[in-house]
Amino acid sequence: MNPNPPDETAEELLKGIWRENPVFVQVLGMCPTLAVTNSAINALVMGLATLSVLVASSFLVSLLRSFIPKQVRISTYIVIIATFVTVADFVLQATVPAVHKELGAFISLIVVNCLILGRQEAFASKNPVKLAIADAIGMGIGFTFALLCLGSLREILGSGSLFGFDLFGPGYEPWVVMILPPGGFIMLGLILLFFNQVAAWRARHQARRQQEAA
Amino acid sequence: MSELNTLVGIFIGSLLVNNFVLSYFLGLCPFFGVSGKLQTAFRLGLATTFVMVITSLCATALNTFVLPAAPYLRLISFILVIASTVQFVEMAIKKLSPALFRALGIFLPLITTNCAILGLALFQTSRGYNLVEGLVFALGGGGGFTLALVLMAGLREEAELSEPPSVVRGTAMTLITAGLLSLAFMGFAGLFSGEGA
Repeated sequence: MNPNPPDETAEELLKGIWRENPVFVQVLGMCPTLAVTNSAINALVMGLATLSVLVASSFLVSLLRSFIPKQVRISTYIVIIATFVTVADFVLQATVPAVHKELGAFISLIVVNCLILGRQEAFASKNPVKLAIADAIGMGIGFTFALLCLGSLREILGSGSLFGFDLFGPGYEPWVVMILPPGGFIMLGLILLFFNQVAAWRARHQARRQQEAA
Repeated sequence: MSELNTLVGIFIGSLLVNNFVLSYFLGLCPFFGVSGKLQTAFRLGLATTFVMVITSLCATALNTFVLPAAPYLRLISFILVIASTVQFVEMAIKKLSPALFRALGIFLPLITTNCAILGLALFQTSRGYNLVEGLVFALGGGGGFTLALVLMAGLREEAELSEPPSVVRGTAMTLITAGLLSLAFMGFAGLFSGEGA
């Protein structure tokens, strides 16, 4: 109905990466975020798999949005998502068997990533295909970025390496707890703390500026 | 006797050592979302455990009768079973206890996308548990989920009273608390290492 100016598409694309980052701001999709980020490579593969499933399902849901009856929409989304996850699972098994083995059940668990279902319900089912894909790509990149941040930090601290390359030499005593489950919780908590602090600083800064202007 | 040992091993393993929430990171959304109040947390835990038990039964049936013929349908059939069980539980709770229904709110239908349940079905399949082992695994996993939820709710109720600084309030503090809780649960790791759990 409304012609979408190009900057609207760009806007949908960009908002997912930073301002509405699914992990750091909306705190969605926590399970894979914490479970597979014990090394950077796992985080990257997981992020990319989620990105492709998200884009494919958003495309299909947006395309079919006028045919899906309201009452069964959630189950329809789930079946669509499950189909694409099955595809992603087989593709990963064929291309990167080592990483696939390490991620194990978490590839299949992309189905129940609340981020994907959330985007279908909140965005793809109400918007034209072009916007839905832009939104999905943005959110997917934001998710991958967050996973990569967390994965890199935990791998650097926990095993003293990044993508498997040794960073600090043999003298480094690895901080093992960081690659174990508790490290995931604590590291993400610290990152969120940092985000809150930045937001608080910015709010204080703005308030002071307004005061000076007045 | 060794049969019983295996079952106890599976139960303790899924309840404490490999707690679904604190060491597999499954079911974190309700863990952070519903852990504000003790009673609601406990009841959501029970509802989830119930869905887990039903799912475990259905997953065993599917694994035995349907999936050998069509392995690529695994994920889709599991999720459909879970979705219908949740629908059923939702109707039952709405009928039996409208107050609880309101308290759980959106988190009741969201049990469908609770990764702990799909995770349970998948782990059960990949480890080749039979009917009884699967049931014990579901009870242990559900119990562990409830335990983690209740512990967290208790801690959060306590923390509300102690007025933390505004920056740490909300998810950040919950996450760090969960980290400490998970650290404590790691202490159980040595419990069953020798028993093949």
